[in-house]
Amino acid sequence: MSLLVIAEPKAPRAGFGKIVHNEARLAWRQPSGIIVSVGLSLLLLIIFGELPAFQVSSARLGGLSAFEIYIPILIAFVIGVLALTYLPGPLVSYREQGILRRLSTTPVPVPWVLGAQLAVQACLMVITVAILVVVSVVFFGAGAPKNTGGLVLTVTLSIAAMFAIGLAIAAGARTAGAARGIMMATFYPLMFFSGLYIPMQLLPGVLQGISHVTPLGAAVEAIQDSMLQGFPPTAPLLVLAAYAVVFGFLAKRFFRWE
Amino acid sequence: MGIPGSAATRRLDAGPSRLQEGASRSERLRLNGVANTTVSVVAETSEQGSPGWPGRAACPPAVEIGHLRKAYGALVAVDDISFSVARGEIFGILGPNGAGKTTTVECAIGLRPPDSGTIRLLGLDPLADQDKVRQIVGVQLQASSFPAKLRVGEILDMYRSFYREPADVTELVEALGLAGKRRDYYRSLSGGQRQRLSVVLALIGAPKIAVLDEMTTGLDPQARRNTWELIEKVRDRGVTIVLVTHFMEEAERLCDRVALIDSGRVVALDTPAGLAARARGGKRVRFLPSAPFGMGLLTRLPEVTAVEQDGRHVVVTGTGELVNAVILALHAAGVTAHDVQLDSSTLEDAFVRLTGRHLREEGEQS
Repeated sequence: MSLLVIAEPKAPRAGFGKIVHNEARLAWRQPSGIIVSVGLSLLLLIIFGELPAFQVSSARLGGLSAFEIYIPILIAFVIGVLALTYLPGPLVSYREQGILRRLSTTPVPVPWVLGAQLAVQACLMVITVAILVVVSVVFFGAGAPKNTGGLVLTVTLSIAAMFAIGLAIAAGARTAGAARGIMMATFYPLMFFSGLYIPMQLLPGVLQGISHVTPLGAAVEAIQDSMLQGFPPTAPLLVLAAYAVVFGFLAKRFFRWE
Repeated sequence: MGIPGSAATRRLDAGPSRLQEGASRSERLRLNGVANTTVSVVAETSEQGSPGWPGRAACPPAVEIGHLRKAYGALVAVDDISFSVARGEIFGILGPNGAGKTTTVECAIGLRPPDSGTIRLLGLDPLADQDKVRQIVGVQLQASSFPAKLRVGEILDMYRSFYREPADVTELVEALGLAGKRRDYYRSLSGGQRQRLSVVLALIGAPKIAVLDEMTTGLDPQARRNTWELIEKVRDRGVTIVLVTHFMEEAERLCDRVALIDSGRVVALDTPAGLAARARGGKRVRFLPSAPFGMGLLTRLPEVTAVEQDGRHVVVTGTGELVNAVILALHAAGVTAHDVQLDSSTLEDAFVRLTGRHLREEGEQS
């Protein structure tokens, strides 16, 4: 140890890479997250793509086909399911099992673990979204996204908003079980308002209005616009940004490492 | 009532006298320690050094805890604990469950902020100088875990990467018998293997101070001895070891000094042998008399406090030159003592006597 070393704070940066690597290994070895997000969304996309009825444009759906309606919904599903069911769980159980406590006695700042988990989950989300878009364009004749920049921005904001909500839940929940319960109670309503069960276009105006201010509803709206029309309108992007900021603040305010 | 006060006096007595005894070792360590291990703290402490003994000022003790206090709500876990650990020393913290050992250790390594008191690790404040402290202190916690589906090698590799100058992992892993386990998942390890991994991880950063909380709990005797050997080897390189233990044999074998902690206070602080000797306040002699004799023969001796019949044997409890007094008195009465056994008290006795007495004091107060 030298005086030079003392001047540098914290742990070697290589440590962060090692944590990310191990988190990625864990995601791969406990693949329920990957199966549900990548597997389930891809399976649904293929089923919808193969159903002839889903390829028919419908006036009730605003001149779109059900398949076109469902691509953004599946993208929102991937982001929602990973952020709400596969992000907070491990974090809370790390806290419960003393893994974070042990880490906090090392030079590594504990938020690095959180950062590593976010990085792994975000990678998984981006890869899955890319697969969904490519498969729908290449195999099922969907049009290429009209505004890729808008799509990237929307997906990024959606990930940020859903991460913030997931972390706020992890912050508030005392046990891994409680976290799972709150997550489920959040996940299903949010998926409803994204239109996963019934596309929003088929529901009354009141519900559509609510959908616009829910994170996944806003995400679906903006993704749809980027794919079919062009740069998405400001309103849904602002809704997503607001969720990211407000819940991000709550998570930071109430997060306990022990 | 007198005990807390006298405990404090004893603590003050014990500290300096032991430091004298320990000086030769710490002196040696200081000599080879100055070159590499202490550079980090020289800068901060040199200005407060006394001109009379600059060497000492440049080398603050490895651990210095002064009047530490920590309460959780109404529960006072640590009432008033002070001790100091010299560099290269193996220092034991012993005490019954709930005595405040773990809280003391957690405060010492900066996991919990103390309510009051001072803590210095090689002159550094574990909270204010957290980044520096975590590079030089290795910790083994009682309740710590690792992700079930990581392999041992992956955990080792990750923890190693956290430190700027890590230890030789291969050597550590071999010393603790985990060499063949690198490919195994953490969840497939036995309790003892997990414990050993936890010790490896405490030492993986080549710490200057290693704090080990119940390091050999759950290990079989052979693994325990291997761990002790490793700890001695590590200490021989100049590492200071703070050991929280329930295991008397471990404290007797490894520790240079031991602090007995009870109800959040240091009850006694001495070498294991010194503590054992202190517990000998009540000696016991057991013998088989050659002929019957009146108990009054012994009870009137000033050294004797009690005489009991145990079958054909007689058990005499007392103080001072008990054996001589008893044998002489018997001899004068024409009785020979056969099969004489003197109870030699151990650290275990010291533990029971010192904490037991203290606990009774507490009971009277409440």
